[in-house]
Amino acid sequence: MAAEATVMVREPGREPFALPVLAYQGSASTLCKGCGHNSITSALIDACKQVGLNPYRTVKISGIGCSSKTPAYFLQYSHGFNSLHGRMPSVATGAALANRWLTILGISGDGDTANIGLGQFKHACRRNVPIVYLVENNGCYGLTKGQFSATADLNAPLRRPGGETNPTPPFDLCLEAIAAGATFVARSFAGDRKQLVPLLKAALHHRGLALLDIISPCVTFNDFVGSTKSWDWAKEHEEPLHEIGLIERREEIAIEQEPGQSRQVTLHDGSIITLRALHHEEHDVRDRAGAVRLLWESHANDEFVTGLIYADPDRPDYVEQQHLVETPLAFLDDAALRPGPEVLSALMDRF
Amino acid sequence: MASAPIAEPRAGARRPSPPSRPILDDLAIRVATVNGSGSQSANLVLVRALHAMGIPAAAKNIFPSNIEGLPTWFLVRASRRGYVGFRDDPDVLVLMNDQTAADDLRSARPGCVVFHRDDLKTPLAGLRDDVDLFAVPCARLAEEAYPPVAGDPSYRDKLRKVVNMVYVGVVASACGIGLEEVRGAIRRQFPGRKAKAAEPNIRAAEAGFAWAEEHLPPLPVRVERQDQTAGTILIEGNQACALGVLFGGASVLTWYPITPSSSLAEYAEDLLKDHRLSADGKATFAIVQAEDELAAIGMAVGAGWAGARAITATSGPGISLMAEFVGLAYFAEIPVVIIDVERMGPSTGLPTRTNQGDILKLHLLGHGDCRHVVLIPGSVAECFEMTIEALDLAQEFQTPVFVATDLDLGMNLWMSPRFAYPSRPLSRGKVLSAADLERLGAFERYKDVDGDGVCYRTLPGTEHPLAAYFTRGTGHNEKSGYSERPDDWKRNIDRLARKLETARGRLPKPVIEEAGHAVGIIAYGTSHWAVVEARDQLREAGVETDYCRILALPVDEAVAGFVGRHERVYVVEQNRDGQVGFLLHGTLEGHLIPRLIPVLHYDGTPIPASAIARPILDRERPLISDLTPDSALHAGDHGAMGVGGTSVPQGAAGAPGAPTGPSAE
Repeated sequence: MAAEATVMVREPGREPFALPVLAYQGSASTLCKGCGHNSITSALIDACKQVGLNPYRTVKISGIGCSSKTPAYFLQYSHGFNSLHGRMPSVATGAALANRWLTILGISGDGDTANIGLGQFKHACRRNVPIVYLVENNGCYGLTKGQFSATADLNAPLRRPGGETNPTPPFDLCLEAIAAGATFVARSFAGDRKQLVPLLKAALHHRGLALLDIISPCVTFNDFVGSTKSWDWAKEHEEPLHEIGLIERREEIAIEQEPGQSRQVTLHDGSIITLRALHHEEHDVRDRAGAVRLLWESHANDEFVTGLIYADPDRPDYVEQQHLVETPLAFLDDAALRPGPEVLSALMDRF
Repeated sequence: MASAPIAEPRAGARRPSPPSRPILDDLAIRVATVNGSGSQSANLVLVRALHAMGIPAAAKNIFPSNIEGLPTWFLVRASRRGYVGFRDDPDVLVLMNDQTAADDLRSARPGCVVFHRDDLKTPLAGLRDDVDLFAVPCARLAEEAYPPVAGDPSYRDKLRKVVNMVYVGVVASACGIGLEEVRGAIRRQFPGRKAKAAEPNIRAAEAGFAWAEEHLPPLPVRVERQDQTAGTILIEGNQACALGVLFGGASVLTWYPITPSSSLAEYAEDLLKDHRLSADGKATFAIVQAEDELAAIGMAVGAGWAGARAITATSGPGISLMAEFVGLAYFAEIPVVIIDVERMGPSTGLPTRTNQGDILKLHLLGHGDCRHVVLIPGSVAECFEMTIEALDLAQEFQTPVFVATDLDLGMNLWMSPRFAYPSRPLSRGKVLSAADLERLGAFERYKDVDGDGVCYRTLPGTEHPLAAYFTRGTGHNEKSGYSERPDDWKRNIDRLARKLETARGRLPKPVIEEAGHAVGIIAYGTSHWAVVEARDQLREAGVETDYCRILALPVDEAVAGFVGRHERVYVVEQNRDGQVGFLLHGTLEGHLIPRLIPVLHYDGTPIPASAIARPILDRERPLISDLTPDSALHAGDHGAMGVGGTSVPQGAAGAPGAPTGPSAE
């Protein structure tokens, strides 16, 4: 077997072990050719390999829609769960509580998250459930043939003969996530692999809810001229905030501060996100109000700002807040789960 | 001021009841108060004191969907024969609420002993001349027992609650309830740091007792000590289910506040926090108060999928919201337990009134071909046992399992033998470990290896290349791959039916009491207690019955056998449409169906025995020659609960003219 055909799995406190590359792959995509979602899947596989993710301790949970089909296309050694429309966050919350060792990849779309699932999305943000939450955002319902989602552009034409234009303005999912309490909020573009892979790697190291709102063109229903979810528009308008890098803790590399040019965020596990400002004015990702302002202004200026927009690596995640035993609840034995007869007897005395 | 005449004080009233006033076998007390006035403690004292006297006792709280101000009734029943069902023809009526006093008095049965606080504004004089009416100076006696405390801004509020203890003392005296038992029950009501508050309450009860001893004549409502309650407890069904959560090894509990199930989750939270911590104080459980029932069931399903013993508790409206997830869990085969404390629907319905209207819905919840296991406790002990059983069954059959209780069982105090510690270890079901996978060399998630419809599963986190599979609510083949093939679909959905058949054989069997009579009764859940009493009433009136109590859905084959051995089978339910009867129609052989006769009660009150005995007697009388007059039945059933209507069960009229006529055999 060639050297590149394996990936070393690295987890804190465990001996690294090798898995074949195919462990990170999945079955062939049945999405349309050129779909942005396939690019995201490919970037996600790269990111998982690069961080040495343990697929056995990773689950892929999705809702319903084109995006939610993608968990079949990567990490075939990981359990997957294609659940209900808009309900991925609750399923992921339950799984996170049942097994605290799991890395949870939550895969969703704009209809799944911004329409039917907005409530669960925001409550998961509020709780800071440890999920890498990907919204593959194409501004429309692909599987049901192109209806508007809640991230569709105002005045976008409906892709149907005689269809009207969209009368309602879109949600900005990054704004919603920040308002609701998410602790890692990023926006990216399916076509910007150079940015997407390090963002995904950083999200995988983050403790808490990491939202990635990824513009992902729908080549069938929403790739027309002028659509802010089209390949051409996104490429022309993308305004990356910074060049993003991730230094994983295991590499133990001393990092030098470069004030004024780069900023860094130390994650809970000791890994460090490095951010080197690009053309845009430097943005402090820890400034919540600044992050909101940045997003508002980008709308006003018709800019497509991408990159890490907000990060709070210090807030405990939802599982930590529960003060659970170290062993996952799913694996507890009878002795841990059922008190003895003397406890029942004492309780009976109370009634 | 009091408009009703106070009974003439009688010197030397303190004497034993004359022989013409026999000791009551069965005492029903109804207290009408204002919600939020603190009467609950006083009423519980009455129940506990009767229980402490060795008399089987139970309580029912008929309360409004309101925090403060609306009418509420509390019903205490003590029965030498152990009847704990609902009785709506109280022997003693206590009127503390101006809003309902007149209606309550009008609904009293002739001969009823009625106490009212003497400062009611409602004129009661002249309303009834066939009851014994006594005005009690509750406020004066309370203030004497608990004089104003200087500088206590909440004194008035406390006094308002202490007032209730006065009628406790009066009722105790009138009914022969021991003052020592009353004192003990009050102390129990104010445990630990609240112990100081017990004293003014005890003094108020003593004052009421002394007043009654001095002013009341002997009344025909006395009970006497027995020895029937040793080793029994008084507990609410929701507390019993919460104990089941604790001892069933539940590890993830999710819920959303809804009456009448909220207290179940809250009790469970307290129990888990007290008894399920590791040596270093870490939790072996997680509890989430979710944002809605959609999320509550979603979290439970996610947790069950990942290997937790997951449970959620709700009521009817929550069940409606959970339907989609339940269908997913059924089809993707994920263990999860849902406790439904049923309340009156449809829609928001009567949130604080009881009903069995969800039962068929639970069995079939979800779109498409869904069928589920439903356990139906009829007692608090079964609430405990079946919650544990449900947690095991969900693991064994990898499917949603419902526990269907109701508000009557869940929120009222019931007497019970102490609960028995579970005799079996926790069931884990068919779960393959990494070592199993290594040994087997292959794994297909939805392959029926054992022929019982129950497949093997793996848990996320299992470190083996064969472990992972893709869970989906879409059509799938045995390898859990997406499939639209007709043969894959049919094989899978037929296997799920086979799995339910396997489960059916594993469920609690119906309890059948049979002695070869022509008439049978089928019932389930809380109707049981009224059936027990109704069967005695029917026997006294000359109608002997056999009885089959259903404990689970899908129904056991023994139920069909029971129907087959009886000419007429009355199916007692607390819903309008006879939902389990409807289910039996679909499962019995055609010639048995006309034997089923619905007996239905659905006005929001718990079912009284009379609602069963009367329609059965009406139906049986023409068929059996040597019946005694129906005076053997309780005279009751005209209580209005202050809302103007009567509680005569319309559905029970269902026997004549009901869609399913009597057997022509």
